[in-house]
Amino acid sequence: MGKIPAAVIGIGQTHHRAKREDVSMAGLCREAMDRALEDAGLTLDEVDAIVIGKAPDLFEGVMMPELYLAEALGAAGKPLLRVHTAGSVGGSTAIVASSLVQAGVHKKVLTVAFEKQSESNAMWALSVPIPFVMPVHAGAGGYFAPHVRSYIRRASAPSHIGAIVAAKDRNNALKNPYAHLHNEGTTVESVLASQMLWDPIHYDETCPSSDGACAMVIAAEDVAKTYEAPAWIHGTAMRSEPTSAAERDQVNPQAGREAAAALWKATGITDPAREIDCAEIYVPFAWFEPMWLENLGFAAEGEGWKLTEAGETAIGGSLPVNMSGGVLSSNPIGASGMLRFAEAALQVRGRAGEHQVDGARRALGHAYGGGSQFFSMWVVGSEQPAN
Amino acid sequence: MTVAFDYTRSTGPVIGRFLTGLRDATIVGGRLGDGRVAVPPPEFDPVTHQAVTEFVELPDTGTITSWTWVSEPVAGQPLGKPFAFALITIDGADTPWLQAVDVASPDDIETGMKVRARWAEERTGSVTDLVFVADDGNAPETATPAGGTEDVGLIVTPVSLDYRYAASPEESSFFRGLAEGRILGQRCPKCRKVYVPPRGACPTDGVPTSEEVELSDVGTVTTFCVVNVPFLGQRIKPPYVSAYVLLDGADIALQHLILDIPAEEVRMGMRVKAVWKPRDEWGTSIENISHFAPTGEPDADFDSYKHHL
Amino acid sequence: MRDVAVVGFAQRQMKDFDGSPSMAELLVPILAECYEQTGWAKKDIGFWCSGSSDYLAGRSFSFVSAIDAIGVLPPVNESHVEMDAAWALYEAWLKIQTGEVDTALVFGFGKASAGVLRRTLTLQLDPYTMTPLWPDTVSLAALQARLGLDAGLWDEAALAEVVNRSLTDAEKNEYAVRAGGSSVGELLARPMFADPLRKHDCAPVTDGAAAIVLAAGDRAREANQRPAWITGIAHSSDGLHLGTRDLTTSGSAQRAAAAAGGTDGVQVAELHAPFSHQELVLRSALGLGDDVALNPSGGALAANPMFSAGAIRIGEAAKRIWDGSADKVVGHATSGPALQQNLVCVMEGRN
Repeated sequence: MGKIPAAVIGIGQTHHRAKREDVSMAGLCREAMDRALEDAGLTLDEVDAIVIGKAPDLFEGVMMPELYLAEALGAAGKPLLRVHTAGSVGGSTAIVASSLVQAGVHKKVLTVAFEKQSESNAMWALSVPIPFVMPVHAGAGGYFAPHVRSYIRRASAPSHIGAIVAAKDRNNALKNPYAHLHNEGTTVESVLASQMLWDPIHYDETCPSSDGACAMVIAAEDVAKTYEAPAWIHGTAMRSEPTSAAERDQVNPQAGREAAAALWKATGITDPAREIDCAEIYVPFAWFEPMWLENLGFAAEGEGWKLTEAGETAIGGSLPVNMSGGVLSSNPIGASGMLRFAEAALQVRGRAGEHQVDGARRALGHAYGGGSQFFSMWVVGSEQPAN
Repeated sequence: MTVAFDYTRSTGPVIGRFLTGLRDATIVGGRLGDGRVAVPPPEFDPVTHQAVTEFVELPDTGTITSWTWVSEPVAGQPLGKPFAFALITIDGADTPWLQAVDVASPDDIETGMKVRARWAEERTGSVTDLVFVADDGNAPETATPAGGTEDVGLIVTPVSLDYRYAASPEESSFFRGLAEGRILGQRCPKCRKVYVPPRGACPTDGVPTSEEVELSDVGTVTTFCVVNVPFLGQRIKPPYVSAYVLLDGADIALQHLILDIPAEEVRMGMRVKAVWKPRDEWGTSIENISHFAPTGEPDADFDSYKHHL
Repeated sequence: MRDVAVVGFAQRQMKDFDGSPSMAELLVPILAECYEQTGWAKKDIGFWCSGSSDYLAGRSFSFVSAIDAIGVLPPVNESHVEMDAAWALYEAWLKIQTGEVDTALVFGFGKASAGVLRRTLTLQLDPYTMTPLWPDTVSLAALQARLGLDAGLWDEAALAEVVNRSLTDAEKNEYAVRAGGSSVGELLARPMFADPLRKHDCAPVTDGAAAIVLAAGDRAREANQRPAWITGIAHSSDGLHLGTRDLTTSGSAQRAAAAAGGTDGVQVAELHAPFSHQELVLRSALGLGDDVALNPSGGALAANPMFSAGAIRIGEAAKRIWDGSADKVVGHATSGPALQQNLVCVMEGRN
């Protein structure tokens, strides 16, 4: 009656760009799906079910777009699920797809997450004025900047830590042919010299707005075992808390801490900083790297920035973070979480190309959304878990 | 309130070919793997899942396979009067297409009826470039000229929806208070925290806040950012300081604007007081408070608000 | 597979909900009712999942404040689908099957009256080739109805019989927003709305919310004297485009029913048919004979709150198991235009 072991056997993503005007929404999804299927050596007809994830429908102006996409995505004739958990959706979607396999319902599930942000304007879609509420909002940056300020104060962090993260991720992106931004020559100094958008956040410390998609094929143990390098799913976790509540900790949210604790428990990890070989973490604003290092338990509270400052989160450091270039280099919102999960899987399969971390055996994929209130994460490994 | 946006859609090659055809007053179908011709052409073959690449130019006549009468048209529909929606199988195609038919009454339409396209004079490459009418055999002899030379690759689809927005009873009490120049919070009966605005469900306990608490219009800036970036739909001109203000007596901070001080001098812990608009401009809105301004008191101790970050 | 049952169900349905689109204040008493039925508290729930739509509410992330109704500090294990809560129930059932949790509470909510529902749902269509014409949901259903009429699969009297039975049964449902039977003759004498459909053939615009509690094994027996054990649950999808599927049948409903183990022996069926002819399509797709009691609640023609009406069908069917009036029932949910997606949930009582 136990859980059926499951693994990622195929991964695909699009080339992420500000505007993918060469493709429709269906074309964008199929680009990622077809790559994932080719990687797994499967056809659409061989897939049992499809799970789609996407952030708010207002981005593309289509209500439940999976309905009209069903045929083009090969979902007509199959079970089709649509997940939406804000920015964490790419991760949650992968977790729902995993549970279809782990529950023993299906053997091969295709999951895809996408966003075609160029169809509208994310700042608009996220700031549609709500009557009765003071219209001080200014998109996601305006929302998160005050909490970044709180972190800097609480952790007594030097003011250039965000710039270190941004320069590292932008340089990692140069090794990833799919990344949206390929900004040569980004340095801590150039980041600090960029415009201050939402003080304390500089322009170069923010994520771009991208069109893109990511897809994975997740298979049951008996299927996965016939593959050369499956990424075994060692554990998954999701937690949610309110957007706003009295004395809610918005810098180090309880939901993130508890999701991480549940994940480490499920995977038998007692010292994550030592036992995890690399991590792909949802960092849309550079300062969130140290914040999440603490939230996830890789560093003690107030100490996350020290790992970043010491270069430990660069490729070659003790805990490489965002080897792909991260959300800071590509951000198709609905797909961003799945890209994190997929990069973790690529790493443990040894297929991350130039951004491969040598000998990565266990990796973390992480996503969050809303006002730092929805968390989803998984640990994947090159070895099938013992339990 | 209206939620409206003109979406710019890239069509991809298949939809682009179809819409380019409509712009040029030609109906284009796609040939499927099993030989059938579909209008509109699907982007991917429903059976083989391959991209559709073979196109067929078809006549602009066809047969009604099903229809309905729109007795009460809604905004955006193609004819500003009652009309029919129909499934129309274009001559030479195998699958029906949903389109509008301009006939006078439901008595003038039936399944099996022959129809032909009536093309708009100005066409942009949209399904609204034509409507169908009864085919009386008297189609215009002269061909309708093409509408342009570039292929259609990007279309603009306006989406505009009207919504009535209502507040919960708890929120309503807050807005009524503002109309009297009072800031009314409510205490959760379980955790005893004071929420402002009050909540239909305390996010910790899942029960409505109840006991009314009138709050001071003086408070502490817990944290803030300086917004320097302009964006679509923005209602306050940047740069401005967007801050969380913890009103004295409340357990949750309120988001508002800080003015009457240079942005670079705003601090965490700064004490501020509401600046109300002139009374005759008041409504039931948080915007009755123009902004918050420094009181000049010493800053609050970090420990006094550190649990509100 | 683990034994999982429906052990709690609460609903509210109304014409016009006077409150916020997140409906947190409506969900509070619904969740309270679920706790009362099961004797449980928030801490007994292992997983939460909801179904709702941003476009119904008119803003992004509309589901975010709805979870306040749970009381989400300390945080909860939670997910959301942009679908009817019946699919949220499916996700919760999966979660229980993985063994990670033993109990789940799912809910759905929607305030359809905030906008013009006929227009809002147009945004579900193909944005390139359909939406610019603003085809409304009622028109699409009417095209489907006429195909069946023309093919001789049903006639107008058969539609009126569905309506008459539903609205008569709805008189006993305190949540019905439309009720009151009359006669086939009287119904047929009423004017056409979207020829060949009359207003009573179309579900009324309804606001509402509902919640369902699921539990495995002994937890289910602890919460409910006669749990409605889910012996089969499955769903499937068709393409949306009207030209490439046979609208007079429902392939996805057929596949879902087969994957759920069929409907042999079912005594009561709650079918989510927002239009009268769709009940006839579903009845044949699910293989339900004349001896099956259909929609004793009055069904969607009596009340059809978007994003919870499908889950309500499962809850209504489960109630027939709880009260001992049936031993095997089926609850069904649909989504998308003209029955595009369908979910079938077969439940049994054990003595």
